[in-house]
Parts: sequence; C-alpha cells; structure tokens
Amino acid sequence: MAETIPVGHAPEHAHEHHEPGFVAKYLWSTDHKMIAMQYLFTGSAMALLGGFFAYVFRSQLAFPGMSVPGFGLVSPNEYNALITNHGAIMIFWFAMPVLIAAFGNFLIPLMIGADDMAFPKINRLSYQIFLLSVLVLFVSFFVEGGAFGGAWTMYPPLSATAEYNQTPLGTTLFVTAVALEFVAFLMGGINFVVTAMNSRAPGMRMYDIPIVVWMIVLASIIFMASVGPLVAGAVMLLFDHNLGTAFFDPKRGGDPVLWQHLFWFFGHPEVYVVLLPAVGIVAEIITVFARKKLFAYKTVLYTAFGTGVLSFTVWAHHQFIAGIDPRMANVFTITTLLISVPVAEMMFVYIATLYGGSITLETPMLWALSFIATFLIGGVTGIFLGASGTDIYLHDTYFVLAHFHYTFVPIAVIGTFAGVTFWFPKMFGRMLDDRLGKIHFWGTVIPFNLIFIPLFVLGVAGEHRRIWDFTQFPELSAPWMRDLDKLATLSLWVMLSFQIVFLVNFFWSLRRGPKAPKNPWASNTLEWTADSPPPHGNWKELPTVYRGPYEYSVPGREQDYWPQNVPN
Amino acid sequence: MIERLLPAASTSATEIDFLFSLIFWLVGFWFVLSEAIFFGLILRFRKREGRKAQYVTGELQSEKRWITVPHLLVLVCDVFIVFFAVRAWHQVKQDLPTAPTQQVVRVEGAQWAWIFTHPGPDGKLDSADDIRKVNELHVEVDRLYHFQLTSRDVLHSFSVPVFRLKQDAIPGRVITGWFQPTKTGEHDVQCAEICGIGHGLMPARIHIETSEQHAAWIAANSTVSVAAVAGR
Ligand code: HEM
Ligand SMILES: [Cu+2]
Ligand SMILES: [Cu+2]
Repeated sequence: MAETIPVGHAPEHAHEHHEPGFVAKYLWSTDHKMIAMQYLFTGSAMALLGGFFAYVFRSQLAFPGMSVPGFGLVSPNEYNALITNHGAIMIFWFAMPVLIAAFGNFLIPLMIGADDMAFPKINRLSYQIFLLSVLVLFVSFFVEGGAFGGAWTMYPPLSATAEYNQTPLGTTLFVTAVALEFVAFLMGGINFVVTAMNSRAPGMRMYDIPIVVWMIVLASIIFMASVGPLVAGAVMLLFDHNLGTAFFDPKRGGDPVLWQHLFWFFGHPEVYVVLLPAVGIVAEIITVFARKKLFAYKTVLYTAFGTGVLSFTVWAHHQFIAGIDPRMANVFTITTLLISVPVAEMMFVYIATLYGGSITLETPMLWALSFIATFLIGGVTGIFLGASGTDIYLHDTYFVLAHFHYTFVPIAVIGTFAGVTFWFPKMFGRMLDDRLGKIHFWGTVIPFNLIFIPLFVLGVAGEHRRIWDFTQFPELSAPWMRDLDKLATLSLWVMLSFQIVFLVNFFWSLRRGPKAPKNPWASNTLEWTADSPPPHGNWKELPTVYRGPYEYSVPGREQDYWPQNVPN
Repeated sequence: MIERLLPAASTSATEIDFLFSLIFWLVGFWFVLSEAIFFGLILRFRKREGRKAQYVTGELQSEKRWITVPHLLVLVCDVFIVFFAVRAWHQVKQDLPTAPTQQVVRVEGAQWAWIFTHPGPDGKLDSADDIRKVNELHVEVDRLYHFQLTSRDVLHSFSVPVFRLKQDAIPGRVITGWFQPTKTGEHDVQCAEICGIGHGLMPARIHIETSEQHAAWIAANSTVSVAAVAGR
C-alpha cells in the first residue's frame, strides 16, 4: 500500500507541510475526519437508496397493480428483494456507518483532545472493506436470478438453499456483503475503544469524557462482543448455500432455529449498538441548548452499561413463536421487560435535564427533543412485544414494523440530523441555514408520524408484513384499511420530498453558508476549541482539560459556559 | 381493544385481547404523563431575557429522587405485566388442554400453499377417509382442536388473526398446538414468515362451521362414505 501521509509522528511538525493530492486526500487519507466524511457520505447515499426502495414497495402496497413512477410494476419477487435490501441497507449500510463510524471517527479524537485515532491505517482499511461490502451488495442487484429476497434476517433454509430462494448468486453476494461489513466494523470498533481509553488529553479523567464518546465506545464493545457468532453463522450459511454442508438444513440433520439464535444474539444488541450513539448525540445537544449540566452524568453511564449487558439476554424474544421450548418464553419476557427500566431511565434523565434550563429551539435542538418524544413511542410499544402473550398475535405484523421504526427512525434519521446540524459548522467551517433547517424538520417529523401511526392500527387489525398485496385477503381489503395504507404511503412521499430541502441546505451552505466561528453554540467540549474545520492533526498544541464537559450556567461565573480547556 | 378492529373467534383471543388492553392502559398512562411533563418543561423553561439557567447536577439524592421514583414505578408495572403475560402465555402456548370430543388437524406449509388435512368421518387422522384441502381449513365451532404443524420445505408461519394464533412451521419438526373456535364465520389465514418468491401469494381461509354444517361438509368431501366407516 502506498503511504502518502506520514502517521505516528508528533503533531507539532509535519501535518502542515504538504498539500496532499486528490487520491491521497479523499481516498487514501488516514485522517480520522476524512474517514468520518467518507462514512458520512457513503452512509447517507445508502439511506437515499433505502428510502427509494421504501417508496417503491410502499407504493405497491397502497396502489396494487400501479406502475410505480421511477421503477415500474413491482413483481412479488422484486417486492421481496426490495424489503430485504431496504432493511439491510438501513441497518448495516446507513445506521451503523453514519452513527458509529462517521460520528465516532469525527468526534472521538476531537472530543478527547487527540490528534488522530490510535491506529489510523486500520481505520482506513476499515472504510475500504466497508466500501467493498457496498460494491458487493450493488453487484448482487444485477446478477442472474436477481437480488436476495429472504429478508434481512436471512433465515435458513430459505437462505441456505438455492433451490428454495431461486436467487443463487444474489444470496451468496448478499451474505458475503453482510459478512464483509461486519469485518469492517470490527476493525473500526477496536480503534474507538483504544483511542478513547489511551489518547485522552492531559487532565481528562474518565468522568470528564463527553457522554457521546462513552456511548460510541460502549456501542463498539457491545458490537464486538455480539458479532462473532454471526460472522461464524454467515460463513456457515455460505457453506450450506454453496458447498453442500447442512448446518441449517433439517433435511440432512441441521437446525434452522440455530441460525435464529446466532442472528438475534447479534441482532438485538445491535439495536443498542445504534441506539447508544444516538442518545449520546442527544445528550450533547440538549445540554448546550438548555444551558444545563447533564442530569446525573454517572447514572447515564451506568444505565447505558446496564442496557448493554442486558441486551445480551433478550435475543429470544424474537423467537417466541419460532418453535423454541415454550417455557423459555417466560425467561425472555422477564429480561425483555427488565431492559425497559434502564432505557426509560435514560429518557427520564433527559427530561430532567430540561428542568430549570434556558431552552432555545435551534434546529439541532428540535431534532434532539423530537428524538425523546418519538423514541418514547418506540419504547412503550415494545412492551406489547416483550410480553410473550401479546407477541403471539403481534409478531410479524405491521405493529412490530411500526414499533421498530419508532425506534430506528429516531435513532438513525433523527439522530443523524441532530448530529449533522449540530456539528456541521465544525465539520465544514460554515453555518447551515436555520430556517431551511426548520422547514426540513417539520416536513420530516410530521409525515413520519403519519406513516407509522396508521401502520400500528393496521398491524393490530391483522395485517402481516412482507406480503406483496393485501387485496388478496378479504379481511384486509376493508376500505378503511386500504385508506390507512394510502395515508401511510402518501405521507412517505411527502417525507421523502422534504429531504430535498435538506440536501439543498446542505450543499448550498457547504459552499455559500456564512463562515462558522470556532464555537458557534457556546459549547464546552474540546472539538469547539479547534479551528472550523480542524486541520489535519486537529490542534497546533493539544488542549489540556480542567473539568467535565457539562459545566453550563455555573453560579458566580459571568459566562454561562465554561469550556473544558479553560483553566479558570 | 383488538376486537374493535378484528373479531375475536377463539378462547385464546379473549386472553390475549385482555392482556393487550391491560398493557395499553398501563403504558398509555405513563406515556401520556411523560410526554406531558416533557412538553411542559420545554414550554416552562424557554429562554427568557434576564433569566439564567439553574445549575442542577442531578448528583444529590434529593434530585435523583426525580428519576429513581419513576424508575421504581416502571419496575412495578413491569412485574405486573410479566405476571399477566406469563399467565396468558401458559394458557395459550404452554398448556395443551384436552377434551373428550377433541379433534386433530394437520397443517403443512409448502412453497407456496397451506395444506390442511382433516380427519374424515372416523374422526382420526392418517386413515383412508382423511380430507386434504389446499388453502382451506374447515373446523367446527366450540370444539377443541389440536393442530400438528410442519413444513415441507422452508419456514412458514401459520397465522390465524381472528384466533390471535401464530406458530412457525419448521421442516423436520412437528409442532403441536391448539385452538378452540368460539364463533362461526370465514376468515383469513396468513403466512407470517417470509418463505420465498410466493410468500405474498399464499392466502388461505378458515371456515368455522356449526356442527351440522361441518358434518355436511365432511360427508360431501370424504372419499370414504360415512356409512362405510360406521359399518366397520
Ligand atoms: C421513513 C422512511 C421509512 C419507511 C416508510 C419504511 C417503511 C418500511 C416498511 C413498510 C417495511 C416493511 C416491508 C414489509 O415487511 O412488507 C420496512 C422494513 C424495514 N425497515 Fe423501514 N422504513 C423507513 C425507514 C427505515 C429506517 C430509517 C430504518 C433503520 C435504520 C428501517 C429499517 C427497516 C428494517 C430493518 C426493516 C425490516 C425489513 C424486513 O422486513 O426484512 N427503515 N420499512
Ligand atoms: Cu409461507
Ligand atoms: Cu410465507
């Protein structure tokens, strides 16, 4: 590998010497901020693709038989491939790369006062493998037989036997892409943990680390601890599918339910892997725009840790009716409802932080607050599914689907917009337009609720997910149900169109926006003491830390903030 | 609660609908309360000229109370819900009731249809008079049924929404479950587990009939006549 940018040297010299060329700067850089941007842009582009897929399959559901503008008629196997890739893309190629990799890469060194990641080359390799996984996924759309359509959960025997899925190449490429993506994030995670633990600025104690850094570190640890079995499972699946082994094929002595355990042992912690960075981002923003110290900092940390540990004990609540021993359901009901305690506590902490604040509603704050308001709906509807009795009925209906979108959309969409609008000045050295930001905000959250509230109702009325056309079912053809389906779909169209406002704001501000000062939000944390945008190496001289990150409105001080690096 | 949107037609449906309503009101109350407090605080503490934010660390016991008390209440509600969830689960999935007039039907998922085997006039499965139907299940109201569920290829999931019943079908395994219809009528059966290209195309129907209707259906459909069975 060509080494264009020297690494592993002291920051005082060398960083400013040379202006790297295009390839070195944009493709081969080891700078954590550049890698963050690569993840941010790749992940966001994938979100647009995942959104386009949602547009296509929702249009099919609401208007069966209609040719979807921009796609055409949706056949049943195309429908399956669209939902499969929508789900997989949103989780693996949007939520993870943006929330963990982009924000983790951008924020960790800047917030702990380091000049770069601990292992910059592993960091770069992590992105390159991620990019490879994207390419493999793309290829899977165009091969003979078509893309994989067995849902992002890849349950065998459907995913393990070409005769059953009828997409021989598509399946192999899909599973390979997922496995590669895991490898990329394993490499990234190692970096985050080591960097946050070892490269902190002088004076920064454990409890002076901003919450969002903690959260990304905890998320990385959870990810690393949960993903192993699934990588092994993915390899077993590839063997079954291509080499004739039978790990998961019951006809020859395998067990398909084994895959479900491997998948959900990863899959459920995964929810917390993306949740934690989002709640971290929200914590940073709320303290700044409420001018408040974070309520009970240590409690937040302990509950996040508790959530992480508990998240390993709940996986089989996805399998209540999958043919496991029915007595197991009781255990998993208990653990599942227990996990509601730390998660509720995190929300209570944020609500308590608002008390006594001086709240202003700039765009990032609107996003952060809407996270709490909507995530609460995701949380309470989860109780219906954790309670084994009701899950018998609700499992795999649109109720489940609405529930997890009420957690994932706050996490991935709202969390990302909160983070991007908040750190945009630091990332790009310009300010976003607040008015366009607010239009985009309302144009996103209102239709979002109008998509998924109807889907809760439809789920309770018995509509199952992953079905191509409901009009085949007399009970699901009731006019009021068809109308709610149309409402959900039209709201999706509205929500997607408002994303154009964001894109315009983003790219216009990137070039034309007013120049950002170093610390536009009067924030305490270290990233705001670097230039906007920070140069390679971040600071000429690394900062020294004197206090925790949330000392806002300290009595007796003239300024209502007290940056971490200011001696007194 | 659920019956408003979809009829309840089995004994389990009553149990599950009760649990659903219980959770709905319980978490609904806490949800509305938290949102109200949340929006209340945003309004109450909007920035005003000349007012500074308060310095509250949340580290004092007296302050922490504001989150530990709700936290304990959540825990209490959880215990309550676990109790009723486990009770419902026991009745619907864990205990397999029997009754003197009980019947057994076989349900097989296949790419992409449901194959139902009904016992014929002799009331027993796996005899010459069995009635096999594709995408059509006939049962008698108020009678207790055991079903033997399996799959011929991939995973499917047998879901009868009016019964609030769902169970995955796994190739190589026979899973026994039960239901007891309480109302006559004709309803949808859906496959709830993605099972390949035709997954969206396997709608089936369940016919819940009075005992006379059911007897007539059996007589009309069994290849072996009632008389032949009786005379054996
Ligand atoms: C706001 C725009 C979105 C809409 C309207 C939407 C809609 C849907 C719908 C209708 C399905 C189910 C298709 C079916 O089962 O028949 C689905 C599946 C899914 N969505 Fe979304 N979604 C959106 C955004 C997201 C986001 C942001 C995420 C996660 C970060 C996400 C994750 C998933 C997952 C994991 C599935 C499951 C796929 C499967 O059934 O295998 N979605 N989405
Ligand atoms: Cu099926
Ligand atoms: Cu199916």
